[in-house]
Amino acid sequence: MTTTALRAGFQRGLIELRLSFTNAQDLWGYFFPSVVFLVVMTLMKGSVIPGTTFSRGSMTLPSLIGASVGFSGMINTMQQLTVEREDGTLLRAKALPHGMTGYLVGKIVLISGMTLVGIVLLIVPGLFLFDGLQLTAMTWVTLLWVLVLGLVATLPIGAVFGSLFENPRTMGVVMLPVMALVGTSGIFYPINALPDWVQGIAQVFPLYWLGLGMRSAFLPDAMAAVEIGQSWRTWETLGVLGTWAVAGLVLAPIVLRRMARRESGSTVAARREKALQRIPG
Amino acid sequence: MTALSQVSTRPPEPPVGEPVLDVRDLRMRYGTNDVLNGVTFTAAPGEVLALLGPNGAGKTTTIEILEGFRMRSAGEVRVLGVDPARGTEAWRARLGIVLQSWRDHGKWHVRELLAHLGSYYTEHRRPWDVDELIAAVGLTSHAHKRVGRLSGGQRRRLDVAIGIVGRPELLFLDEPTAGFDPEARREFHDLVHRLADESDTTILLTTHDLDEAEKLADRILILAGGTIIANGSAEALSREMSTDAEVRWTRDGQRYVHSTTEATKYVRELFAQYDDEIEDLEVRRASLEDTYMALLRKFEGSAR
Repeated sequence: MTTTALRAGFQRGLIELRLSFTNAQDLWGYFFPSVVFLVVMTLMKGSVIPGTTFSRGSMTLPSLIGASVGFSGMINTMQQLTVEREDGTLLRAKALPHGMTGYLVGKIVLISGMTLVGIVLLIVPGLFLFDGLQLTAMTWVTLLWVLVLGLVATLPIGAVFGSLFENPRTMGVVMLPVMALVGTSGIFYPINALPDWVQGIAQVFPLYWLGLGMRSAFLPDAMAAVEIGQSWRTWETLGVLGTWAVAGLVLAPIVLRRMARRESGSTVAARREKALQRIPG
Repeated sequence: MTALSQVSTRPPEPPVGEPVLDVRDLRMRYGTNDVLNGVTFTAAPGEVLALLGPNGAGKTTTIEILEGFRMRSAGEVRVLGVDPARGTEAWRARLGIVLQSWRDHGKWHVRELLAHLGSYYTEHRRPWDVDELIAAVGLTSHAHKRVGRLSGGQRRRLDVAIGIVGRPELLFLDEPTAGFDPEARREFHDLVHRLADESDTTILLTTHDLDEAEKLADRILILAGGTIIANGSAEALSREMSTDAEVRWTRDGQRYVHSTTEATKYVRELFAQYDDEIEDLEVRRASLEDTYMALLRKFEGSAR
């Protein structure tokens, strides 16, 4: 059986998570977005959501928690895969018995952990800075299922893109549309202020639903009034995120296997040659 | 020291039981370009084989097919009795592959990484004890260093350690000492000898260093134009090519050098004629380099 590889993979994820707290670059990656978001939300504290007396800062906090989950699940997965394919980490995994299983389990643990750290860094200071948030037992239950389902929905998307893009430096191609999606998914401003067709597109992707799900966790029920259909649309949230999750779980293994099959010493060496040529001098 | 003492210390043993590597008529074609057109060789358990050949001869392609990392176009291949294209994970656990690392696992610590990678093997076989392994590759004083902080030579030793952590029955080394300084190279050679002699590991290595091939390998395979053009010990190849040996001596304070294919006979005649006057006698067998160049020239001549 592959229990050995599952255990090894789990440990791999925990080791990598621990190592991510021990270097400046990773720590910057954890704290920088949180600080930026908290500053932005603090600046939004003064304005209110149209038609209510509710602070835009308080409304944006849960939205950003949701967006962070989706963003982290997808972008981190993609980045890790392309970088580690180029540097040969993946090939090392391929040379081990059940190494790819271990590698993938490790990545899932690492990225889930990183995502969790990221949202804790938003939630903890956020609760002190912003008023009007509703904290009950249901808050944490909703947070948990939206977080887990959100990761299952977005990690495989990142894995698919990470497999398709050979070069870590072509990430921008994916980053731009993702940023555009963040802008149109009702994260910083209620979505119903946008044209209908933009709303339609945004609702196809997980980002909007992650924001909505987190808002339903943290905001008082009265705030559902400013959402589409004046409702938290919990079942729809489950449905859309669940669909992405199923599609991703079917597609990602196929794409990952195809990508991994092509890895060998000479493909890694060729990529190294190319990467070294880019370094001037 | 005369060149004679460089002759392989381990005479090629007759194959016992099933060969570890059994390659027959292996072919590889990329598009319309035939990279391998009929490679055939075997390796017996515990044998050390060096695969030599000019760049682009197909050495890496051959190794990657045997490792199960690349599909072949045609031919019969058995690695540890299994077709590598259909190798299971249990089969993979019996192989060791020394990869050329670059900057993977840079944040990991040496000992932590080896312990982790070893843990994948536990269901199949007993991996090396981590501290013993670290000592065997001479990294004890760097065991708690980050991988990214190691020097080039230290990283290559870590690569070897990763390759052998599962105590493989068959080890692949693709240009293992590229970029080594002479001391690191010597230490690496000792390690390979120990693996082959003590653990009975079968080793297939590629190298451009003919001196290294001669020191390490029981048998040398020369790959050119997509086929094996020579297969045998360094001595046997040199005999086969009847390359000249060099006889050097001093008489009356003067140095003499003579090239001959029949060194023994020549030396006997030399003593018959001058007896005591001969001093500093040295007989140097043709180096592998001479033989290698002669073989390639002959191959290129016949290919034309």
